Order: sequence, then C-alpha cells, then structure tokens
Amino acid sequence: MIINTLLIGVSSGAIYALMALALVLVWRSTRVVNFAQAGQAVLSTYIGYETMARTHNYWLSVPIAIFFGALLAAIVDVLFMRVLARRAQQGPIAEIAPVITTLGLLGLIHSLIGLIWGNTFVQYTSPLSGKGFTFGTHVIPFSPQNLLIVLTATGVMAIFAAIFTFTDLGLSLRAASFQPEIARLAGIKVDRVRTVGWAFAGATGAVAGVVITPTSYLSPNSLDLLLVTGFVAAVIGGLESLIGAVVGGVVLGIGFAFILQYIGPSVTFLAGFIILMVVQLVKPHGFFGHKTSRHA
Amino acid sequence: MTEGLVVKDLSISHGAVSAIHNLSFDIAPGELVALIGANGAGKTTLLRALSGLIAPQSGTATWHGTSIVKTKPEDLVRAGIVHVSEGKSVIPELTVRENLAIGGLWRRDKKDVLRATAESLELFPVLNERISQRADSLSGGERQMLAIARALISRPELLLLDEPSLGLAPLIVDQIFESLNTLRTHVGMTILLVEQNALGALKIADRGLILNLGNLVGSGPATELLHDPHLRSAYLGF
Repeated sequence: MIINTLLIGVSSGAIYALMALALVLVWRSTRVVNFAQAGQAVLSTYIGYETMARTHNYWLSVPIAIFFGALLAAIVDVLFMRVLARRAQQGPIAEIAPVITTLGLLGLIHSLIGLIWGNTFVQYTSPLSGKGFTFGTHVIPFSPQNLLIVLTATGVMAIFAAIFTFTDLGLSLRAASFQPEIARLAGIKVDRVRTVGWAFAGATGAVAGVVITPTSYLSPNSLDLLLVTGFVAAVIGGLESLIGAVVGGVVLGIGFAFILQYIGPSVTFLAGFIILMVVQLVKPHGFFGHKTSRHA
Repeated sequence: MTEGLVVKDLSISHGAVSAIHNLSFDIAPGELVALIGANGAGKTTLLRALSGLIAPQSGTATWHGTSIVKTKPEDLVRAGIVHVSEGKSVIPELTVRENLAIGGLWRRDKKDVLRATAESLELFPVLNERISQRADSLSGGERQMLAIARALISRPELLLLDEPSLGLAPLIVDQIFESLNTLRTHVGMTILLVEQNALGALKIADRGLILNLGNLVGSGPATELLHDPHLRSAYLGF
C-alpha cells in the first residue's frame, strides 16, 4: 500500500516539479511570478490537441506543443515584460504591474481558448495505456502514461541541469539572473538571455501539459490547479533553486498522495497551503533558497 | 594619434537633482587618467553614463569618434569599453572560474579568451589558487582583482574603474594600482580610474581630473596636481 501511494505521489510530484521549474525559471530571471504560466501551458496543450486531431499522431503533437510553448513565452516576454520593465521601473506600480499583466494574460488566454475550442472538456489521448502495470494478479496504480510522465520530467530536469552547468548559455542565464548589471557590464545581452529563460519556462509548462492531460481531460482551466501546486512546490524549494523546485514538487506530490490515501480528498488542497505556511514559518527562504536575496 | 575618449558638455541628473554639470574632458589612447573627488562628486554617475548604464540629459561622449551615449553597456563592451563598477563587481554565487568566463562569453575568438584568461591569472596569481571557489568566499582584495581580471578577458581598449581601492588594505591597494600601471605600460590600455584615494591614484596616473559637486575644478598632469598646494588642501586631502 505504501509503495502504491509512493508511486502515485512520484508521478504527480513530477508534474508539480515541472510546473515549479517553469515558475522558478521565470522568477530567477525577471523576478516575476508568472501567473500566466498555467494559461501558456494549457494553450500549448491545445496546440498539441489540435495537432493530434489533424495528424492522429501523439508523438508528433508533443514536440509541436513544446515548441509553441517556448515561442509563446518568448513573445510574452518581448511584447509585455520588456515593455513593462522599461516603462514601469519605479513606484508602487513597478511591484504590481507584472502581477496584473500575468493575471490579465491568464484571463486573455482562457478566453482565447474558449473562443477557438469552446469551454467544454475535450480528450487529448496518448497511445500509452492509462491502466496500471500488472504484476501477476496485482495491478499497481502506475501506468505506462505515468511512467512517461516521470521519465519526461526526469529528462527535462537532466537537460536543464546540463545546460545550466556545462554550457555558455547556462552560465549567461545564471549570471543574468544573479547580477544583471554585472552581467551586462561583462557583455552579456541580458534581455535576450531572459527571453531564453522565458522560452525554457514556456517549453517546460507545455511538457507538463502534454504529458499530464492524457490522464484526465483538457479544458481552458484544466491546468490552473497545477499552477497553485507548482507555486507551492517552488516556494518550498526556495523559489530560486531549480533543484529546489524539483524536490519541492516531488515532496508535495508524495505528501498529497499520502494525505489522499490516509486522510481523504477533502483536505488535500488545504494541506498544500498548510505545508506552504509551515515552510514559510520554519524556513522562510525555502529549503534551497539563499538567505541573502539577490538583486533583480 | 587616434582620438580617444572625448566628453563634451555632459550633464547628468538623477530626477530633479543634477549630478554632473556641463563636464568636458578628453583622454588620449594609452593614457591613465585619475578622476578624483569626494563622495557625491558625481564620479560614479559619470562612469555609469560612459558605460551606458544611465543616459545623460545633454552633451556628448565619443570613443574613437563614435558616440557612446545611450548605447547599451553590452554593446559598449563589444566596442572595447569595459566598466568595473564600484564595490567589487563580481557575481558572488559563481566560482572564480565562472566569473572570469563571463567576461569572454560574447567573444568569438575563444583561443584569445583562453590567452586573456591566462594573462589575467598571471597578473593576479592568487585567483589561480582560488579558481574553483565561489566568489563570495574571497577577500575584498581578491574580489577586486577578480573584477579587474574579468574585465581584462573582454580585451578592453578603455577600462573604466570605479574606486578599486575602496575598503582595501594599503598593501592590496598598492598591488592593484601596480597591476593597473602594468596594464598601461605594457598593454597600452587607456584607463579612467575613479578614486577617492587621490594620492595613490595620482602616483600612477598620467593626468588627473578633480571633480567637485559635479563640476571639474582642476585638471593637469598628475605630478603637477600632486604638488599644487591649493588643490591638495581643498580637494585632495593630503
């Protein structure tokens, strides 16, 4: 029973981790909590759904959705965030302008999806079975699709770890997020690097959308709850740390699975916020955050 | 001789507060010029304008005849102008190796980046011993050396240095000033050195500019400034 619960937890934790990763990538580079991330991810998933409807090929729809997710995020950064950073640098508006913008974008994307695809639930299916693997007569609550989710999430994290650790682009991304002014004085085109950070985040959100949606339904709001859990996971991890986002996601996934199993579904969502508040009280900088805040 | 840095009637304000008024000066290629002034004289503001971090209200600044005002800092680096900002401008979260590497990320000639890195480490050997350490584990002097070393990897023609001696022990300050002297003498680099440490800066400089409340109140060969009793008592503090 415990192993079953763990498996459920790891699978959902992998998705939370992806969404947390998307939020952290944007937060690190631009100090914006991107509430539109859920909208961007769901719109990318709809692009995957549309590709699937036309080609009947899930494996083709996945990279197209991911590419769209990256492109959309880059456009959001160039058209909205860069303009905001230039025009609303000071005063009380500087603090809230990005929040208002990303919330507005979320609403805009929801409406756009409703206009194009309608507000009903649709199915975006993968060729992988959603039924649990069978060992002898025992069926475990972990399906080939769940395996895809965990493997994809692990793959995405490995790719980011490699990019951030071993490549010039990764070093530019880190330098630009830690100390943008010094990065610029060292010749790094911080604006462009930030857009790459947004694109990475957009792609990550799209990955989360296209692998999780086949386990349920697709609707304009179907990833909104994931934004909340992803955010909680990101905060647990310190909001700045990529590893923290992953650990936060997995811990939250496993925690939720056990609460669901042993206490009941009614308290799961509440438990997320209790965990968030406890982390804020005990470790205000999260488990992987820095005590000294960085200069945006 | 090719035209170096020419600043004409430059005025810079922070909102309603004027920081630099109609400032004009020039620096010939290969010169080391010390810009001396007390806190609030406008030294840092001037450097930030010359490196593209802020835009002046009026006036011009050209490098080799090309305007550099309102140009992005990252583009000025590509034009050979590198600014080492005040306060040990390193990225604390990165290692010494990574801090050095960011100075060469934009450069295509990776072989020369390696050469420049080796030369920088030769100039500041202590950095070689700390190469894998995070920059926040370095002493103040080592951080300043790292900041200058990183700038050198960009192969600057004009180096803008903001108070490299600030908060450092006299022995370390001597070492840093000596390395600047080496860069001027052996590499022929043009250097604008902003300092409160007037004595130390003027000793290695060819010329000095004295800034007070945003106005140029004195300029001339460093040796003359060092021996001008009026300037010494009024502005130089020694």
